[in-house]
Amino acid sequence: MQQSNRLRPFFENITFDRADNEMILNFGPQHPSAHGQLRLMLHMQQEQITKAHPDIGYLHRGMEKMAENMIYNEFMPTTDRMDYIASSSNNYGFALAVEKLIGLDVPRRAKVIRMLLLEVNRLMSHLFWLATTALDIGAMTVFLFAFREREYLMDLVEDYCGARLTHAAIRIGGVPLDLPDNFMDDLRKFLDKLPENIKDYEDLLDTNRIWLMRMENVGVISKEMALSWGCSGVMLRASGVAWDIRKEEPYELYDEVEFNVPVSDKGDNYARYKLYMAEMRESAKILYQVIDMYEGTSTELMAHAPQYISAPKLDIMTQNYALMQHFVLVTQGMRPPVGEVYIPTESPKGELGYYINSQGGPYPYRLKLRAPSFWHTGILTDLLPGHYIPDVVSIIGTTNIVFGEVDR
Amino acid sequence: MRAYTPKDDVQKKSYYTDRFWVAPQVPKYDVSQDAVFAADLEAIKAKFDVLDAYIQVNQMVVVIHANDNYAVLELLKNEREYPQLSEMSAIDWLASEGKFEIFYQMLSMAKRKRLRIKCKIDEKEAIQSVEKLFRSADWSEREMYDMFGVVVNNHPFMKRILMPEDWEGFPLRKTYPLQGDEFAAWYEVDRIFGKEAREIIGPENRDPARVDRYDTQRFSRLGHEVPFGTDISQGEPDTPLVYQEQKGVFMIEKFDAEKSVVISDRHR
Repeated sequence: MQQSNRLRPFFENITFDRADNEMILNFGPQHPSAHGQLRLMLHMQQEQITKAHPDIGYLHRGMEKMAENMIYNEFMPTTDRMDYIASSSNNYGFALAVEKLIGLDVPRRAKVIRMLLLEVNRLMSHLFWLATTALDIGAMTVFLFAFREREYLMDLVEDYCGARLTHAAIRIGGVPLDLPDNFMDDLRKFLDKLPENIKDYEDLLDTNRIWLMRMENVGVISKEMALSWGCSGVMLRASGVAWDIRKEEPYELYDEVEFNVPVSDKGDNYARYKLYMAEMRESAKILYQVIDMYEGTSTELMAHAPQYISAPKLDIMTQNYALMQHFVLVTQGMRPPVGEVYIPTESPKGELGYYINSQGGPYPYRLKLRAPSFWHTGILTDLLPGHYIPDVVSIIGTTNIVFGEVDR
Repeated sequence: MRAYTPKDDVQKKSYYTDRFWVAPQVPKYDVSQDAVFAADLEAIKAKFDVLDAYIQVNQMVVVIHANDNYAVLELLKNEREYPQLSEMSAIDWLASEGKFEIFYQMLSMAKRKRLRIKCKIDEKEAIQSVEKLFRSADWSEREMYDMFGVVVNNHPFMKRILMPEDWEGFPLRKTYPLQGDEFAAWYEVDRIFGKEAREIIGPENRDPARVDRYDTQRFSRLGHEVPFGTDISQGEPDTPLVYQEQKGVFMIEKFDAEKSVVISDRHR
């Protein structure tokens, strides 16, 4: 019996000397293609995997527990740390859930700005996915190209909220700031060039022999498997289920914009790659339409609900009652009504849901974060057996998991 | 007498609540308002006891007995077109009623509907696994066990998932403090050096990120430098900021903080 203490490694009762040919390979938690802190225990027969056991929790920070001890507005920056590749979409999911709990309607200009941020975040996330996955496979050029484009978007978001990764750019009830003067022009400049850029990536990858060998018919997820494992987003759509929450259960202004939902029924890595590329084009399409919506909206950015949302700064500085309410909302926090909501949104990774159980206090009684990557990691248990070691890297790549979100 | 603090719920509480404040409710609507949900509810009611059912924020909530959970989810999956279990977890009501509430969040793509099945179990009671129906429950149930200590029967691998295997206590219970308990505080020390090392290491060195303001061996303070290892707990000696590096430094000649002048106008 092993003792787990005194600097002696603790192997969880796994015997490494086996009579048969089976070997156990410990992949991660410190592995560059593990995309964070993923540890995989792989049972191998020669080069082939017979059993996979993903081990997570290396980045567990107890965000659900933290949420129970924070007022609602206080939790907003913490949500950034979930999917830190596209943090505005986490902010948005939380803000939307609380707004639905309260029953708030957000001013139109705030909706437009939110849409812009969400789609810019989606582009950022997809570009990051393309860069890292291509790098894992060995395509260094694509990595550099995609990071260059992502950098423009990060600058754009930095212009808006001052942060590059952890944006905290959305508030419950609206957005904190109006767009800076040059934002639309810069965005348009970027979007005009984006089709060219995407074509560059596709020229490098689409018919690349190595890329095809590593992607085609590797990591095939059947429709039943995807549904059963709770897959969402691209993972689900690559397996033949046309389900995009933006389209089916529209929030914000997604019912006013026109876009297509790319679907594939192949279910392999290559299908997922093609969907990411197609989704970037759709995001650009949405962004063009949203840019036009901005003109002519009234200047309000936050919803008017004095019980829950602080008044605009001008009111706070000039009106006594607004100042009093602001003071109470900051020191004690808002108290949403008693009830529970589960609000899903389509984050770049899939269905990001917030379950909030409020008992009428300033702290949520229970907050469950439904992060898509959690199940996209779980599916590796069933997906990896039968594959070979190099496939592990490309499969982890196309599942697009982020460990801030898996471990929360 | 010391003020009584309840031990069954140690989470943060609001420090002030108006005596006459009544919390508003998120409205609940009757299920008959939505034809799709009404049909689903009828199908459940035909075979099982339904304790409560209503629509809240566009989603139906159905409360059932805990031992019906597998059968109800099977009915929803196979006959009512709810192919995905998007989320499940528990809520800790131990302080108020001594029970856990388990919720299953279901999604139907064909109907574009989401519904929530809820049931309650006692603290020591186990619940039936739904992993055979939805593979996603494999990890969700492990997480639920990890965080709340709700044991799930017939689960293929009922082990902790996020916390270490040898962790004690269940972090999301209301009795578990946010900062962690004694076990959590000493976890690394116990595992690496053994329990007897607790006294040698001491609570002040337990946390590697701890900053001791009197420690002059590992920390220096810019502008308040003292010689290495000086005891400054009883006040600190004044260290004159005068230095001249060997062979001199570019543009600086015998720097003396006392004699130097700060220029107010940098364009002078």
